[in-house]
Amino acid sequence: MVRVDDVAIHGYGGYIPVYRIRAVEIAKVWGTDERELPVEEKTVAGPDEDAATMSVEAARYALRRAGINPKQIGAIHVGSESKPYAVKPTGTIVAEAIGAGPKVSASDLEFACKAGTEALQFVAGLVSSGRIEYGLAIGADTAQGRPGDALEYTAASGAAAFVVGRMDERAVAAMEAWTSYVTDTPDFWRRAHERYPSHTARFTGQPAYFRHIIGAVKQLLDEDGYSLDDVDYVVFHQPNVKFPLAAAKALKIPLEKLKTGLVSGFLGNTYAACSLLGLVRVLDHAKPGERILLASYGSGAGSDAYIFRVLDGIEEKRDKAPRLDALIERKRYVSYATYARFRGKINMG
Amino acid sequence: MRVPRYWRNLPFIYRLSGWRCVECGAFHPVKPIVCSRCRSSEFQEAELPKTGRLIAYTVLKSPPKGYEEQAPYIVGLVELDDGTRLISQIVDVSEDELKEDMRVEAVFRRLRSNDERDVIEYGYKFRPVID
Ligand SMILES: [Zn+2]
Repeated sequence: MVRVDDVAIHGYGGYIPVYRIRAVEIAKVWGTDERELPVEEKTVAGPDEDAATMSVEAARYALRRAGINPKQIGAIHVGSESKPYAVKPTGTIVAEAIGAGPKVSASDLEFACKAGTEALQFVAGLVSSGRIEYGLAIGADTAQGRPGDALEYTAASGAAAFVVGRMDERAVAAMEAWTSYVTDTPDFWRRAHERYPSHTARFTGQPAYFRHIIGAVKQLLDEDGYSLDDVDYVVFHQPNVKFPLAAAKALKIPLEKLKTGLVSGFLGNTYAACSLLGLVRVLDHAKPGERILLASYGSGAGSDAYIFRVLDGIEEKRDKAPRLDALIERKRYVSYATYARFRGKINMG
Repeated sequence: MRVPRYWRNLPFIYRLSGWRCVECGAFHPVKPIVCSRCRSSEFQEAELPKTGRLIAYTVLKSPPKGYEEQAPYIVGLVELDDGTRLISQIVDVSEDELKEDMRVEAVFRRLRSNDERDVIEYGYKFRPVID
């Protein structure tokens, strides 16, 4: 519905921690059948990392690619469900760490795994209305699953950041269109003082993930007159590997278009960063003129769908910061015991 | 309560931003009244380079209070590209992978684990450069 012609991504950055745990290592502890594992391995944040530190890493890469002065950033919005503080916006920490502000608006956004794409809408809106020159949108999470729960195999850590500004010849991708599709669907939630989320296991597929992603994509295509043939890459929220593949199949999208942006098999589900890290990987590979369809999913529930068109600026900016593949290849495996210690699953007393 | 002192040093601790003496070029993390090297009182805001090389290191096995969760960890002497030397924790690497003159870059991390009621202290550490 919102068709925007003058807003573009000027810089992007993806960050994942160095640590990984293999799904078979988790399965060994709980005695799960190895053939049923939803991903191969997932990222694990180090003991000194959280959503704020990973936001800063991703933001620094995004700024390097954008090549702007941090003082030109007028808004920093961070989508996360693992904020370091219950009260104190993560954006304040990011602003100081990158040298932005104090003339900056900053807030934390929440909408489970779509909080990051929500942040992107906010800053794009501020840029489009002329209130700010550039804005920084971030999705970051150190996701946690209850030990032994199915989510423990996938709940991972990562961050993605985007510098958004007006369209010019240096921009890397135009934000051509976006839409949101939201309903009251209780598939997954966490009450205020609970440490781990609860979910209705059977409910997270059909009426939740698929209904909203497919709903958002169809809404975007219908209202903005795009067809799936106009799109070269597709990125869906990826809580595992199976769901995005099934959503693509339901929409008759060839798997070839999904491959580049499908990272959950080796990163896990990085929640608010999840679909955005897929977008980062696509931007690392795409050519000017190609179109990217992105659809996030956040429990509760909703999906934001976007169409991006890659611009000439990508060629010059892509290698001003490490590509996501360099971070994917950089890895150190940890045991379940180390993982539990890192993520505070053991009470040290 | 450690908050005020930590807070005053944030620009340096967060992004190596401080003050350079216009007269002699000495770098000061916090703006002094007069330069400790040349007594001049004119300073310009400046950020140190974020990359450098590892000159020396040691592994801390019994760390001070507040750092237990990260132990054992590596503390190194880093020489930045402009020659400034800093002591810093070295992360994302194990001792057997460390090499003298290894290229390192500044990252933003939690410095110590605090009581749940306290402010979280963040700041720079160094890791091997990612290309
Ligand atoms: Zn001086």
